[in-house]
Amino acid sequence: MAAAEGSGAGGTLFPGLADVSISQDIPVEGEITVPVGSHSPDEDFSTLDEPVKDTIMRDLKAVGKKFVHVMYPRKSSALLRDWDLWGPLVLCVSLALMLQGGSADSKDDGGPQFAEVFVIIWFGAVVITLNSKLLGGTISFFQSLCVLGYCVMPLTVAMLVCRLVLLAGAGTVSFIIRLIVVGAMFAWSTLASTAFLADSQPPNRKALVVYPIFLFYFVISWMILTFTPQ
Amino acid sequence: MATADDLKFQEFDDAANLLAANPDATTISIDEPVEVPKNQHSHLQEPGREEDDELLGTDDSDKTELLAGQKKSAPFWTFEYYQTFFDVDTYQVLDRIKGSVFPVPGKNFVRLYIRSNPDLYGPFWICATLVFTIAVSGNLSNFFIHLGKPTYHYVPEFRKVSIAATTIYAYAWLVPLALWGFLMWRNSKVMNIVSYSFLEIVCVYGYSLFVYIPTAILWIIPQKVVRWVLMVFSLCLSGSVLVMTFWPAVRDDNRRVAVATVATILLLHALLAVGCLAYFFDAPELDISAPIIPAPIIPAHNGTTVITKSH
Repeated sequence: MAAAEGSGAGGTLFPGLADVSISQDIPVEGEITVPVGSHSPDEDFSTLDEPVKDTIMRDLKAVGKKFVHVMYPRKSSALLRDWDLWGPLVLCVSLALMLQGGSADSKDDGGPQFAEVFVIIWFGAVVITLNSKLLGGTISFFQSLCVLGYCVMPLTVAMLVCRLVLLAGAGTVSFIIRLIVVGAMFAWSTLASTAFLADSQPPNRKALVVYPIFLFYFVISWMILTFTPQ
Repeated sequence: MATADDLKFQEFDDAANLLAANPDATTISIDEPVEVPKNQHSHLQEPGREEDDELLGTDDSDKTELLAGQKKSAPFWTFEYYQTFFDVDTYQVLDRIKGSVFPVPGKNFVRLYIRSNPDLYGPFWICATLVFTIAVSGNLSNFFIHLGKPTYHYVPEFRKVSIAATTIYAYAWLVPLALWGFLMWRNSKVMNIVSYSFLEIVCVYGYSLFVYIPTAILWIIPQKVVRWVLMVFSLCLSGSVLVMTFWPAVRDDNRRVAVATVATILLLHALLAVGCLAYFFDAPELDISAPIIPAPIIPAHNGTTVITKSH
């Protein structure tokens, strides 16, 4: 019975109910809950009541759905609405681990260390998010982090392909293949994240927001391309 | 409510009508895009007076005071305060970059382009781009220089990125701080007509570093002469932006102090360029055709030693 507020103050809030009045004789009973947007399942039951498999599978499905969204970037808001940082964490850790094979026992001037890759990805994503918010973007902080992290996925796939190609050999042909693959994935990442993030920016500042994203993925692509195993 | 229309917000677009009635009235226009093309056109008509006004900023000092008071009114612990430093559009950033690469002789970069709207977007991202450009170009140029040698194994040299970042960000933020402090100190002793805020100095330094980005990319070419010509050229461009900005601020001072200040600015700028070239880009081999014998493999051959690599 959402009309419990009656016709007094409720008239301005719910104009459609302004003419609903409740007689004094009838006792008002029922739940005074106003349905707000989507009904959150946490109010019905807590996640302690369900099997652990259900909890994990729900989160895994959400993460998997976002991966699919990145693979086929359309202007959907699912990626933005329910943000999570599991996917970016998994991608970042796997990318940093795969970039490790080369410089373990060489002298200092080698490839990036694990911590350097981690810091570049997370600190870079935070700086880009702050930049877009300072320029007047309407997207929230964690939503932007989520999008930028998920769009690292094509580059992680490129890293995997590069390592496989390097297993076969390290000549000029393999370099050209790696260059093409990394270049294509870099373009895919940039376009995917721009497709998700560009709408929330003021129209005359879009280029100012897109350029740091381009620089971010360029640096990651450079790290992937220059990976040399020892 | 029958009188709801009276309480609605009304657009005050009568200003155009008022101005049409009285075209010679002085107006304070807050939006920026009208300012820049007008000044560029009027510069052609009255070069002498306009030049002095542009350099001294006396024609719009009232406006800048008013605008400064209107803009930064949020307390410094709120997010909105920092948003005022990013209040630029794409075309404004591009205009400022263009102004730093093609300095118009006699025009003050700050008065012409910044106009009391200093932004932090340009300095920050130009420095970030420069850091990665120098690191990547240095790596590429070393790769091409040492390509044919059998003893060379390619390393990405990722450690140099952090060194480049420290150097360039320190230069772009600490040198303006020192310069601003110095100018404030001199202002207390000698009444200068022109004075800059800290953010305006950071802006000038940040945008003046832009010309090093294409220079760093062209430094991949492994010819010493080409590199030094490029360096001198870019130093002239960015140095002239700095000189034309800071000379009006110190010229009322003691002649020696003024000249020393400008000379120090240019010296630090040159030091940055030379240091980056020397550290990140290996010297191209002068004598590539001679066969290179690795010294450790042939010990004490016949008294003549062949120097392979300098490092």
